[in-house]
Amino acid sequence: MGPSSSRRPGFSRRAQLGLFTGYVAAVAGIIVSALLVLSARFDPEGHSAIQSFFTDMFAPVSRTLRFGQAWLDGGEEEVAAYFDAASKNKAMAAELKAARAALTKGAADARELERLKRMLPLIERQDNVIAKARLVASTGSSSRRYALLGAGSVDGVQPGQTVIAPSGLIGRVIQTGRTSSRVQMIIDGGIRIPVQRVTDGMPALAVGIGDGRLLINARAAGAAPFNVKDVFVTSGAGGVYRPGVPVAYVIAKNRQGTFAAPAAAPDRFDFAIVVPEFIAPLPPVPDALPREDE
Amino acid sequence: MARVAQPRIGQEPSLLRRQGIPIGLVMAGSLLTMFPIIATTAILPPLGLLFMLSWRSLHRDLWPVWMPLFLGAFDDLFSGQPIGSAMMLWTIAFLIMDATDKRFVWRDFWQEWVLAAAMITLVLTGGLVVANLTGGDTPFLYVLPQILMTICLFPLTSRLCAALDKWRF
Repeated sequence: MGPSSSRRPGFSRRAQLGLFTGYVAAVAGIIVSALLVLSARFDPEGHSAIQSFFTDMFAPVSRTLRFGQAWLDGGEEEVAAYFDAASKNKAMAAELKAARAALTKGAADARELERLKRMLPLIERQDNVIAKARLVASTGSSSRRYALLGAGSVDGVQPGQTVIAPSGLIGRVIQTGRTSSRVQMIIDGGIRIPVQRVTDGMPALAVGIGDGRLLINARAAGAAPFNVKDVFVTSGAGGVYRPGVPVAYVIAKNRQGTFAAPAAAPDRFDFAIVVPEFIAPLPPVPDALPREDE
Repeated sequence: MARVAQPRIGQEPSLLRRQGIPIGLVMAGSLLTMFPIIATTAILPPLGLLFMLSWRSLHRDLWPVWMPLFLGAFDDLFSGQPIGSAMMLWTIAFLIMDATDKRFVWRDFWQEWVLAAAMITLVLTGGLVVANLTGGDTPFLYVLPQILMTICLFPLTSRLCAALDKWRF
């Protein structure tokens, strides 16, 4: 005889009934939650309203903890620096040599960049920053890559707006609470960003794959024309993301495709700005437009 | 008067103590995602799930079968998954564990671990399917490390639950 269990109630009518009700409740619950999941697929707005209410409640906690973490991180690095001082010295000497060469090249590149920026036919619009806020946390145990931003509808943040860090594009707002909002990061699987190579403006599509990297797909058919270290910025095609924001740089290229790392390293970003959704300027309407009803 | 309510011999500890500690631990595990780490990939183990499975393997009668509905709902609010995902998957896992209880009367820890590993794989894979169904696009390969890590953590959380269990009574 094994250990007794309330799951085997014996002949007690009452216990049997209670157990049966429990199972009915569990199965009913499974069905209800399956419907909730489906609501997330077919009615994302309604679904996210419930979610953001709760994120609001707990964002202050993350915000405070994040401040402490930044402070701790600094200390750890300082201590570690003592341990490999000699080898680091050697490495730094070599690095300095390389840096001098790179500096010369950088100066040339800067001139080139200046030229390209002038060439960009798109109007550099004034940054109308909606909000500045701290990115406080992310969904670490889910396969989706969302970050939590410490600004919400009170600050004017709306779903669809773009979130940018000083070093590059972070993602876009997908739901807002009153004081916090959820940001879909560019590394989330299921986000597609039209980009172009900085040097020659070759268009491509950056696709998040969910492991911290992006896949760079060339728009044109044929072999992947991109090389390691190529830098990609948003092209502004199709709206949403305004042009010229750094997105990613290529880190590896193999038979599976061209992989890039995000320009704004997700584990390093701190403050971010929220800017409105980009709407590509429409071409001017010709004066003598034939009317359809005539 | 204002002593800490230490249960006396022959007296049941309070409901708060009996149920509050396990439920609180599971909820605290679910809240771990609010810890300020911005992860580039699904790296954190789902601690809420782990604690729930650990309590379940420790006391099969601790919770009625509908309990994971509420624990899962709480987890869904913070995990970034659509609401309903953990509610559904955790309850299914509980029902499966109940069904296996009927087959095996006696169990040792290895069996518990294998069963928990199966449930972890089921829930995390199911979670990925749900996430991909609602707009994500992550290949299975990238959650594999998370699954393995979570399975390896199970003995640890079981020990923790056992230690808390001693204190609970």
